[in-house]
Amino acid sequence: MPLKTLVFWLGLVGACAGGPAASETAITITYVKQEVERPPVLSNLDAIPEDEGWRGAEIGLQDNATTSKFLGQTWSLQERIVPVGGDLLAAGRESAAQTRFLIIDAPREGLLALADLAELEDALLFNVAAEEPDLRDEACRANVLHTATSLTMRSDALMQFLALRRWSDLAMITGPHASDMAFAEALRGSARKFGLKIKGEKEWRFDANMRRAASAEVPLFTQELPDHEVLLAADEIGDFARYLPYNTWDPVLLAGSEGLRPLGWSHVMEQWGAVQLQNRFEDHAGRNMRPKDYAAWAAVRALGEAVTRTASDDPNVLRAYMLSEEFELAAFKGRPLSFRSWNGQLRQPIPVVHPGAVVAVAPLEGFLHPTSELDTLGLDAPQSRCTAFSE
Amino acid sequence: MKRLLSTLSCFALLAALPATASEIWVTNEHDDTISVIDIETLEVVRTIETGERPRGITFSKDYSVVYVCASDSDTVQVIDPETGEILHDLPSGEDPEQFVLHPDNRHLYIANEDDAITTVVDTVERKVIAQIDVGIEPEGMAVSPDGKIAITTSETTNMAHWIDTETHQLFANTLVDARPRHAEFAKEGSELWVSSEIGGTVTVFAVADQTPLAKISFEIKGVHQDNIQPVGFEFSADGKTAFVALGPSNHVAAVNTETYEVEDYILVGRRVWHMAFSPDHSMLFTTNGVSGDVTVIDVASRTPVKTIKVGRFPWGAAVRP
Repeated sequence: MPLKTLVFWLGLVGACAGGPAASETAITITYVKQEVERPPVLSNLDAIPEDEGWRGAEIGLQDNATTSKFLGQTWSLQERIVPVGGDLLAAGRESAAQTRFLIIDAPREGLLALADLAELEDALLFNVAAEEPDLRDEACRANVLHTATSLTMRSDALMQFLALRRWSDLAMITGPHASDMAFAEALRGSARKFGLKIKGEKEWRFDANMRRAASAEVPLFTQELPDHEVLLAADEIGDFARYLPYNTWDPVLLAGSEGLRPLGWSHVMEQWGAVQLQNRFEDHAGRNMRPKDYAAWAAVRALGEAVTRTASDDPNVLRAYMLSEEFELAAFKGRPLSFRSWNGQLRQPIPVVHPGAVVAVAPLEGFLHPTSELDTLGLDAPQSRCTAFSE
Repeated sequence: MKRLLSTLSCFALLAALPATASEIWVTNEHDDTISVIDIETLEVVRTIETGERPRGITFSKDYSVVYVCASDSDTVQVIDPETGEILHDLPSGEDPEQFVLHPDNRHLYIANEDDAITTVVDTVERKVIAQIDVGIEPEGMAVSPDGKIAITTSETTNMAHWIDTETHQLFANTLVDARPRHAEFAKEGSELWVSSEIGGTVTVFAVADQTPLAKISFEIKGVHQDNIQPVGFEFSADGKTAFVALGPSNHVAAVNTETYEVEDYILVGRRVWHMAFSPDHSMLFTTNGVSGDVTVIDVASRTPVKTIKVGRFPWGAAVRP
C-alpha cells in the first residue's frame, strides 16, 4: 500500500495556543421571520409549530455561547416577526441598523427583497426556509448563504436511494399548490438524472373528506396509473398524501412527501452523535427537531465556527472563511459540512427516512463525484448559472 | 525507568503463568452488556449485564473493581470483575460517557455529555467533589502521569480544556479540529494527543506551554477523506507507535510518535471506535461499532488475525491482566 502522510507543522501558528481569539468580540444575530398564510389541509394531526426554526437558532446560540465563554466572545440572538401582510423590508432595514448577521425565515420573494436591500448589501443572510432551486442558481445573491436544503438536493437524495434499490418504475401524484408543483418538478429532474422513469402522473383534485372517503376513492384513483413499483407524492403542504398508504390499487411503496421522505433533518436521526443534539433540542423546545430547526441551528453554528476560527466579526472575513476550503462544520451528519463556493449552499448529507427510522443517508455508495460526493446532491458547479459568487 | 522495569518484569511474570488467563472487557452500547474476551482462546467467555448504554470502561489500578459509564442510567457502576456483580453505583452527573481514573486510584474524572460538565468523583467517599464547566458535549478524558493535569475534550466546542487537578479550575482551552473525541498524554506526560473525528486529524500539543507541535492527517487509498474519522488511540509499550482508530474508514493507523508520520493502515471491522492492548502489548483489540465485533491485531506484524463477535455496538475496551 502506498503510504502518503500529511504532517502539518504548526510552529507558525503556535501563538494561538492557550486561548486564541482573546479579543472581545460581541456578535448579534437577528432572526427575521415572515409569517405566511398556510392553505387549509384535510387533517390537523400534525400542526406546524409556531416556533419552527427559531428554536434551532436558540440551541445554536447556546452552543456558540458555551464555546465563546472560553474565548472572550459574547453572542446574542433576537427575533423579529413580521405578520402576514406586514412590512418585511422595514424589519430588514431596522435589523440592518443593529447587526450584520441575519437569519431569514421567509418565502423566496421575501428573501430576495431583503437580500437586495442596500442596507444589507454587506451583511450576511442565512436562508433557513426557502428551498427553491433558482435561489442557488440564476437568482443567487452574494450576501445569502443557504443552510436550508434545496428541493433538488432532497429529490436527488430520494432518487439515489430508489436507483440503488433498482426500483426504477415510478408514478406520481401531485397536489395543486405551487410548493407541490415545485417539488414535483424537482422529482422529475432527479428521476431523469439517475435514470428512473416516472411512467404516469395524476393531479390530486378531490374535494371529498378523505378521512372518510380515502378507502373508496384512492384505489380507483390510483388504478388508472401505469404499472409502478413506487408511488411518489408531491404534497409539500401535507394535505392529501397521508391518505395514500394502504389505499392504493396495487401494493406499492410510497415516497416523496409521504412514506419514504428525503429531509434535511428528522428526529429519527440517531447516528453520529445526533441523539445528543436531539436531546438538547427536545429539552429546550419540548418537541421534535424539524428540518427548519436544523437549518437555523446550522446557520448559527456555521457563523460561530467562523468567528471562533478567524477571531473576527467582519462579515466579509467571515463570509470568505465560510466559503473557503478551510471551513468545516461538525453537524451530526457523519461528515464535515461546508459551503459550495459557487452559490453559497451548505453541502450536507440528506437522510432518507420513514416515520420510524432512517433508511439511508445520501450521498449513497456508488454515486461518485470528482471533488465531493456531497455534490452529487443538488445543483453542481458546472450546471450553476450563479455568477454572484465568482467575483 | 524503574517503574517501566518493574512493569516489564510484571509482564514477564504474567507470561509465565498462563493459568491466570487475561481478559479484554468490551462494553456493548446497545445491548447493555459487557463481553469478556479470554486472551488465550480469543473467545467471549462471559457476558455481564450493566445499566443502560454502557460506554466508558476502566479498571482500578489494582484491578479489584471495574468502573463502567452507564450513560442512560446516569451513573458510573462499580463491578466486581470476579463475579460480574454490580457492587454499587457512583454519583456521576448526568449522562456520563467517558472517564479517566486519576493516578491516585481514587478520583474519577467524568465527562457528562449532555450537561457540558466534567464531574470529579471520589470513589471511596462515593461523592461528587467538583463539577467543572467545559464545552458542549465533553467526551475525551485524560490525566497526566503526574496527576496534575486533567483534560476534557468537547465535541461541539472543538476544544481541549486543561484542568488543574489541585484547584479544579481550567487553566487553558486549546482549539482543535472539528469534533474531538479522545485524548491521551504521551512521552511521559510531555505531549498531549487529541483526535478530531470530523476534522480527520490528530493534534499533538506540547504540555509545557499548550502549543501545538504537529497535526497528523491520514489518507487511505480508495476511502473518501470524509470517512477517515480518528476516534480512539493507544500507544505501544515502547511508546514509539500510536495506533489510531479511524472510524468508518474501517482501518487503524500505526503512527510513528517521533516523526508523526503514518507507517501503516490495518484493515479492521466496521466503524472502529476504541481499543485495548493485551497485557504484554502483543495484541490489540479494537471495538467495531457497526459490525458488532472486535478485531484482534497482531502488533508485531501489524496484521488483523481474528474477528470476535460481541454485542451490539461495542464501544469501550479495557484489559484485565
